[in-house]
Amino acid sequence: MVRARPGRPEIDPLSATFFALADPTRRALLARLARGPASVRDLAAPFDMSGPAISKHLAVLERAGLVRQARDAQRRPRALDPRPLADAARWASGLKATWDARFSRLDDVLAAMKKERTTR
Amino acid sequence: MRSAPPIGTTDYATPDDLSIVITRTFAAPRDLVFAAWTDPRHVPRWMLGPPGWSMPVCRIDLRKGGAWRFVWRKDGEGEMAMEGVYLDVEPPRRVAWTERWGPEWPETRNELVLEERGGRTTSVLTVTYPTKAARDAALGTGMKDGLDTSYARLDALVGGLA
Repeated sequence: MVRARPGRPEIDPLSATFFALADPTRRALLARLARGPASVRDLAAPFDMSGPAISKHLAVLERAGLVRQARDAQRRPRALDPRPLADAARWASGLKATWDARFSRLDDVLAAMKKERTTR
Repeated sequence: MRSAPPIGTTDYATPDDLSIVITRTFAAPRDLVFAAWTDPRHVPRWMLGPPGWSMPVCRIDLRKGGAWRFVWRKDGEGEMAMEGVYLDVEPPRRVAWTERWGPEWPETRNELVLEERGGRTTSVLTVTYPTKAARDAALGTGMKDGLDTSYARLDALVGGLA
């Protein structure tokens, strides 16, 4: 699960995602990007923060794979990539929710199998 | 051994550092429960992935040393595969297998034991992880400690970028 990168500490993807989400400024940036791509200047506008401070937050989000730079050389807009969020949600909902749901369905499948057997 | 939970509820226990024991009673005879777990015609009907995902691939070679592979898929999202090998096959009472999501994930050893009484079947699924950390991560209980450790490492990483 841990991907090594030369010259950097090893960070697994889920840890990077949860770290990125553990800051209100970064969550606000993600909420803004959920409405569509935006330039760094647009992203910085609602915050009482310097451009470099916003860029540092964006770097954390990019490292987690949550934000990508779109290919527009002029504005260099940032865009949301929601896939790590889906992975994190899947992890957090966890084993118990998975098996509760599966066994609930298995109750129905077994009832159908019993019926199939008696009508055969 | 704890008493079996009533029908419709699932009991989760951690009797040691490495395993999770999941117990459930079904209103069906044992051979049907065994078939539901081991017959590729039945497994995709209930072995759910994340909400909205289906299991178009279910291959089961039900014999000792035989391989199995399940693939869940959702349009536009991609697919996830889980696979392993059967370690023991003793129908209709017991089956054991290895299981992993991929090379990045810890491999578990799983054992299913079925006991029938009065037309009902109690299934005891024991999932054994290679380490306590992997077991706790699966339960979500290791979340806080794991995050604190991750934060320390990420602080170092982010600090190195400044």
